[in-house]
Amino acid sequence: MTTAERALPRVARVRWSRVLIYAILIAFAAFYLMPVYILLITGMKSFAEVSLYRMWSLPSGVHFDSFTKAWFGSVEEGFRGLSLNFMNSVYITIPATIISAILGSMNGYVLSKWRFRGSDMLFPALLFGMFIPYQSILIPLVQSLSKIGLYGTIPGLIFVHIVYGIPITTLIFRNYYATVPTELVEAAKIDGANIFSIYRWVMFPLSMPGFVVVLIWQFTSIWNDFLFAVTIAQNPAIQPITVGLNNLAGSYIVQWNVQMAGALIAALPTLLVYIFLGRFFMRGLLAGALKG
Amino acid sequence: MSRKTLVTLVLVLTLLLPVGMSGASAAPAAQPGAAYTIKLGDTLWMLAEKYLGAGTAWPAIMALTNQKNVADTTFARIENADLIYPGWKLWIPSADEAKTFLATYTPSKPEMLFGKRAKGQVVVASWWTAGGEAEGLKGLFDIYKAKYPDVEIVNATVAGGAGFVFRAVVKPRLIASDPPDTFQLHAGLEVEGYSPEQYLEPLDNIFASEGLEKVFPKDLLTLLKYKGHYWGVPVNIHRSNVLWYDKSIFADAKLNPPTTFDEFFAVADALKAKGIVPLVMGTSGGWEAGHVFESVLAGTCGAEKYKGLWTGAVPWTDGCVTQALQNYKRMLTYVNTDHPALSWDGAGQYLINNKGAMIIMGDWTNGWFQSMNYTDYGWAPPPGTKGIFVALSDSFSLPKKAPNRDNAIAWVQVCGSKAGQEAFNPKKGSICARTDCDPKLFNAYLQSAMVDWSKDAIVPSVIHGAAAIESWVTDFKDAITLFLTSGDVAGTQKALQAACVAAGACK
Amino acid sequence: MAKKIAAHRELISEERKVRSTWARRLTWERMAPVLLVLPSAIAIAIFVYGFIGFTGFASLTRWNKLLPDFTLVGLSNYLVLFAHPRFQIDVRNSVVFTALFLTGCVGIGFLLAVLLDQRVKGENIFRSIYLFPMAISFIVTGVVWRWLLNPGSLEMGSTGVNLLFDRVGLGFLKWGWFTDPTVLHIRPDNGLGIFLQGIGLGALTTDKFGIPVAIISLVIAATWQMSGYVMAMYLAGLHGIPEELREAARVDGASEWQILWHVLWPLLRPITLGAVIILGHISLKIYDLVVAMTGPGIGFSTDVPAYFMWETTFHSNRFAQGASIATIMLIMVAILIIPYLVYSTRREVEA
Repeated sequence: MTTAERALPRVARVRWSRVLIYAILIAFAAFYLMPVYILLITGMKSFAEVSLYRMWSLPSGVHFDSFTKAWFGSVEEGFRGLSLNFMNSVYITIPATIISAILGSMNGYVLSKWRFRGSDMLFPALLFGMFIPYQSILIPLVQSLSKIGLYGTIPGLIFVHIVYGIPITTLIFRNYYATVPTELVEAAKIDGANIFSIYRWVMFPLSMPGFVVVLIWQFTSIWNDFLFAVTIAQNPAIQPITVGLNNLAGSYIVQWNVQMAGALIAALPTLLVYIFLGRFFMRGLLAGALKG
Repeated sequence: MSRKTLVTLVLVLTLLLPVGMSGASAAPAAQPGAAYTIKLGDTLWMLAEKYLGAGTAWPAIMALTNQKNVADTTFARIENADLIYPGWKLWIPSADEAKTFLATYTPSKPEMLFGKRAKGQVVVASWWTAGGEAEGLKGLFDIYKAKYPDVEIVNATVAGGAGFVFRAVVKPRLIASDPPDTFQLHAGLEVEGYSPEQYLEPLDNIFASEGLEKVFPKDLLTLLKYKGHYWGVPVNIHRSNVLWYDKSIFADAKLNPPTTFDEFFAVADALKAKGIVPLVMGTSGGWEAGHVFESVLAGTCGAEKYKGLWTGAVPWTDGCVTQALQNYKRMLTYVNTDHPALSWDGAGQYLINNKGAMIIMGDWTNGWFQSMNYTDYGWAPPPGTKGIFVALSDSFSLPKKAPNRDNAIAWVQVCGSKAGQEAFNPKKGSICARTDCDPKLFNAYLQSAMVDWSKDAIVPSVIHGAAAIESWVTDFKDAITLFLTSGDVAGTQKALQAACVAAGACK
Repeated sequence: MAKKIAAHRELISEERKVRSTWARRLTWERMAPVLLVLPSAIAIAIFVYGFIGFTGFASLTRWNKLLPDFTLVGLSNYLVLFAHPRFQIDVRNSVVFTALFLTGCVGIGFLLAVLLDQRVKGENIFRSIYLFPMAISFIVTGVVWRWLLNPGSLEMGSTGVNLLFDRVGLGFLKWGWFTDPTVLHIRPDNGLGIFLQGIGLGALTTDKFGIPVAIISLVIAATWQMSGYVMAMYLAGLHGIPEELREAARVDGASEWQILWHVLWPLLRPITLGAVIILGHISLKIYDLVVAMTGPGIGFSTDVPAYFMWETTFHSNRFAQGASIATIMLIMVAILIIPYLVYSTRREVEA
């Protein structure tokens, strides 16, 4: 085949498959965006317009009352808004995220750079904690938290998230620190640094991408947690937003538009984190942070 | 490298922004407590942020204002933290006062948010947070307040359908010997789940002194007894077995609400031929299918046998159970196909839209229809249940170690009184447990229910906690759920018998 | 002589000083890493292993009321459970859900990653769109997909995706979604069924060994949520495969399909394994999505062990039975995870 002959069919062939590629990608994009479309337009409808049987129709105008109702609640209609739940989620998620990240960083550092008897077994032993079904420890968890007076409190929830966050944060940091050359650590040791100063001056400055991945991952997991919240935070006054939303969406007094608006509000923080910080998350993934 | 660190540090800090925002207002300079008049737009949260340094300190403002209110009524009484109005006078505590209060405050004890009057408080825990229920509760509070002005009533509600969340909040308090003064529970065997001999006081003396045994129907008294004692005073009665039907559909089809199962199937066939769903159900809640079946069971077996099934006097292997299951199976062929995706009110929408003809649901449906401005409906006993009243009831109990025992006793007395029940029930949409309430206070449906209550045979509802202990209720529900798809009469009957044995009622 | 002794003594004391400082440094050096991980180790020892032990113990007792009763009754709770029709359905549902969910996520994730790897314009936008559902909680996902897959009815009209099908002329695609109680299984009266009954495996023809179609709705919602994550992992993996490898294959005359199947897919096997592990353990303990979207479903077709465990423990007060369900869930996950942990630890030791 001449160069010209080879070029033409390939261009034609490639063109056709390019169209197919874009078609598939756009079709999937529509699939992924479909629920958001429903959430948005239903949240923006007035109560009179909302109907299960006209759910795809665009709203007549942009009304934000559903959002205000979902946030502040409605005294006349007798339901609480999500504002209290939102703040509860903030008070639970932020401390738990930061503390579990710090713990994970320490553990990851020690387990990747310092050998001691049993360190090889300690890592998988810690890791197993990430895989257990949390249902299998609910009963003793509730009992223990009761005994130490943390059951039904926000500090109790924070504590639980920190403990069960240890495995995944340790995994992410350990894999990440494994990419840091051991020579750096050895050199520092020769210079007379001890375990703490090596962390402070060698590892910590390098940890930022790892921290970003861990903070994003933990923030998302803890903000979106439902099981621990519904088990431990029985009192509505301290329930985080996942439980608040589930109650809202299951109640027959609350209208559909308010429920959808509430769902959007509940998803907003983590969505924003992903939209703006997703790039760094991807970079962290590429740097090997979450590889098996 | 340093630029990257800087950028990522900035990003980490953005995640910390919410924490920063809420703690941003630096703790104000120490100031003594002072009175404050609410302006338009104020919220307790905001005021706490401004004066106490953190929005989460709002309970301190609410509690200390309420405490001031006891002695000085120019201060507001805050019942609901979300409902404050301009012009109210609040007490903003000093930082120390707030700190002392917050150190002991816990959300599971909302009574801490209220002041104590001369004769203390009465902490009333229920799941009645909205609508007619909340209004009815307020009616009871008004009666109580008129009789006992020196007691501060604390409305300790916990939201969540039919008390599921509520139960999980109250039970730990009972176990910790730190109960509210009184709490709501379904009358009947649901009390078993609270281990009453351990945690509750028997109310036999109160029943005697208030003469309740004379004004409550005998069947109700039997239902109320567990291990030989009364454990709660019923405030209301709801009826589970009501057939609601769309009047115009029936009129157009020249049909009458069916009174027997044969009539039901004839009516259903006629309606189906017209393209109308004869019987609508919404089973997404998991309990509705069982709710309909208990009406079918009562209608097929009759009052005495139905009661016997729950006491163990009648085995579940009895022929009437087989017949009931067969009736139910046939009824299910007339039900809307999308019932798993709908709750009971979603199904009710069929009647409102004139696409469905009948629904078997409790008498709370009446209130819901009215709130939807739907009036074209009638009611009748479901097939076979004429003269049978399948009852469920909310009652209030007296926990052992109630902190304000005398006030709590006064409360349950008010609950059982004529004035109390007349104040509560019309608003709630239920009828009095007593037989001597004034019918003129109630709407048309409720009046007819009152008549039935005084004449009919009263049997306990199982789905709503009266007839059986919690584990049996769950087993019953599970068996019916499987029956909906399997249609296996023999297998389901065996499962129901096994459930009875597991609950200890049958051999 | 005295000078020598004095010098010798000085040497010894110097040595001792050095050795003791060394010894102190050595022990301190050795202890520090252990002390640093000790809090986490203790926390995990108690809150994971201790609790697993307690739950296992509770499953062997008679604790079925609010007040604990720790009388040992052996394995009777498990026997009751395995004979319980709802639990049998739950196990079936769990297996079916896991199989469909894993296939869907890996399939879609791999497809999208391969497509995005083709130097597409707007790769970043597509990637963000596919990835964002990961940020959402299963509760929100459940709420919205419940609406989307509500079939509506003949009388009241279609809703959700069925309504969409009607609007775009694909009305024949409408079906009951999660209201459809059908369980696809081998019928006892067809050829295969008769054969199985003949060899004594008649149980395989019951609906306990079938695919409940309602669960497909759950699978769609869950796949919507997690396939983006799998795509991201594959994409990262694909970026890591050097172009030379593909060029070499192309020069050898391989078509793009062959490169995909014989070069790329095998190289991405570690990622596939990682995805299967992560998705597998999520699917075995799925709970939030079921609560928010379908509940236990018609004929328990969308019921899962986690949901049953919750109801058994907190509704029926049957703590020992709840503990048995929890223990079985744990064993199911352990079967999946422990071999993987052993394999990956060994691989690291070799590396």
